[in-house]
Amino acid sequence: MSKLYTFLKYFFISFWTVFVVAPFLWAVSTSFKDFQSVNSKVTYIPWLDFEPTLEGWRVLIKSPAKGGVDIVEPYFNSIFVTCTASLISIVLGTLAAYALSRFTFKAGFVRNNDITFFFISQRIMPPIVLSIPFFIFLSTIGLLDSLLGLVVVYIVLLMPIAVWIMVDFFNRVPKELDETALIDGCNPYQAFYKVVLPNSIPGLIVAGMFCIIFGWIDFFFAFILTFTEVQLLPVKVVALNSSITPWWSLSASALVSVAPLIIVAFIVERYLSKGNLSGALK
Amino acid sequence: MNLIGEKISYKPDEQFHLNDVSFNFKKGNLYTILGRTLSGKTTLLKTIAGLLNPDQGSISFEEKDFIKIPVWERNVAMVYQQFINYPHLNVYENITFPLEQRKLSPEQIKKDVDEALKTVGLVGFENRKIQELSGGQQQRVALARSLAKKAKILLLDEPLVNLDYKLREQLREEFKRIFSEGLSQDTILIYSTTDPQEVMELNGEVIVLDEGKVLQKGPAKEIFENPSNLKVAEISNDPPMNVLKGSKNSKNLNFENISLEIPNHFKNLEDRDYNFGIRASEIKLDENGEEFEIELAEISGSETLLHLKRGNSKIIALIEEVMNFKIHEKVKINFNANKFYAFGEDEKLVSSPYGGTNG
Repeated sequence: MSKLYTFLKYFFISFWTVFVVAPFLWAVSTSFKDFQSVNSKVTYIPWLDFEPTLEGWRVLIKSPAKGGVDIVEPYFNSIFVTCTASLISIVLGTLAAYALSRFTFKAGFVRNNDITFFFISQRIMPPIVLSIPFFIFLSTIGLLDSLLGLVVVYIVLLMPIAVWIMVDFFNRVPKELDETALIDGCNPYQAFYKVVLPNSIPGLIVAGMFCIIFGWIDFFFAFILTFTEVQLLPVKVVALNSSITPWWSLSASALVSVAPLIIVAFIVERYLSKGNLSGALK
Repeated sequence: MNLIGEKISYKPDEQFHLNDVSFNFKKGNLYTILGRTLSGKTTLLKTIAGLLNPDQGSISFEEKDFIKIPVWERNVAMVYQQFINYPHLNVYENITFPLEQRKLSPEQIKKDVDEALKTVGLVGFENRKIQELSGGQQQRVALARSLAKKAKILLLDEPLVNLDYKLREQLREEFKRIFSEGLSQDTILIYSTTDPQEVMELNGEVIVLDEGKVLQKGPAKEIFENPSNLKVAEISNDPPMNVLKGSKNSKNLNFENISLEIPNHFKNLEDRDYNFGIRASEIKLDENGEEFEIELAEISGSETLLHLKRGNSKIIALIEEVMNFKIHEKVKINFNANKFYAFGEDEKLVSSPYGGTNG
């Protein structure tokens, strides 16, 4: 029984690993191919099956005038928008979550839980519902097709995630910890940043990770709210897929765009395994 | 110069958490608040600390209106029943935290912290992480932090309740030592607990609290000997004092078809119906005694608790040896009539074997 279980376990793990990793390997190998190697026949192994070339990677940094696709600028745009929006979302979201976790709000029939749900409901709603209001809103305030406009929209998208994760986290931090800080001579602000915040680092990391992931992978709003002035990476990558698809540079740009998330995952994974996340506070 | 509370009420919802509580705590004294869970002990301590504001009533300390002073300026210390320390700081930093908050000089801080560590017996643990400590050690850190502050009001909210039996015994002994040695005559110590034994051992002034109301105040001995009513008798004894509905006539005490000779301290009592009270430890197994049926027998340490039944009366007897009984078995027991309490039908104390309120 247990042997069968072990076998099945490793079988499914292996299967899933291949399922997930194979497309990556495929993209890696394709990014080094040229037109011939992609279109003539199925090729797998560099030097044996095909002669590898860096052309697919080179066009990524060439300006369009010289026949390149130049993803450098969209790349930095994406980093700027994602990081700024994530940072602001985390700061505001954490403060909101702390308030929702510690204080009691009453307004008519509205209670803390209703406010929390209101935040979460922003994510439950299909994004397409928001597209037209956002478009009109940004064009009214003149931020259509600008980085700042995207940051504003992304904060709306990311802050619910931060609030959701941090409310749950703060609810698990005993209230007595804040009270002890107050008794020990901290005013409420000091209690928050001297005691509660340092003990919330695991929660902040998780919330930050989710914000960065959801900000980075968003295509829909980046596509709708920008035209020519500003382009974000996902839009640029998808735009490569035109009538004649340059599979090699498309693969290269896809790899470049997932790279930051893989790096983030590696860093965060280390933190998550170091401090047991939920058991950090008893 | 005392800590005085007057007519404090706190009613955040339908129920009173504190109902018309008054007290006058003097410096250099130990006060214990005895009450069952949800009796308002924690609420009272939090009100004194300033974490809760009462709906009514006033608190003053050193002639100042305490309610107007925010928590962080009150100079109180509190130890919770959960072991609350700052998880991101090590033992030493945990204890220095309130001192640094008060901006004391580094030399003063070092001196106070070393002293506190010595008092609670945690010298050598300075650089340990809180998570690496056992429950008892964590509670010692919390206590050390409170002691190092040299606060004028020290609040301990059931500090031993979450510890295992052995550790509780040990720490209780140490608490007694710390309270007598480690505290200045300037400090008011307020200790809340559900455990009557702790109250007796700490031997301070007791306030018995139930459903937010003060039932009785007085020295521990007085509460033990002369509980003012049935509720206090129940709360201040573990197991709770047995109550037997019965009556007294000119010759005997009668309850459940049992007649006992009238003890001396009942001689002057009016002949009528009473609630008789008798402690579990004053009931002995006796071949010539009265027959009761065993409902449950639990062995606790070196003692056996017998839950007995006869007619409508259920009582608990504490047998001071480990014995095995079968459920529904009949046993014969004897009551020590000299230790009988008499409570009126209004549940108030009428007569006690220690000479309280004699009718």
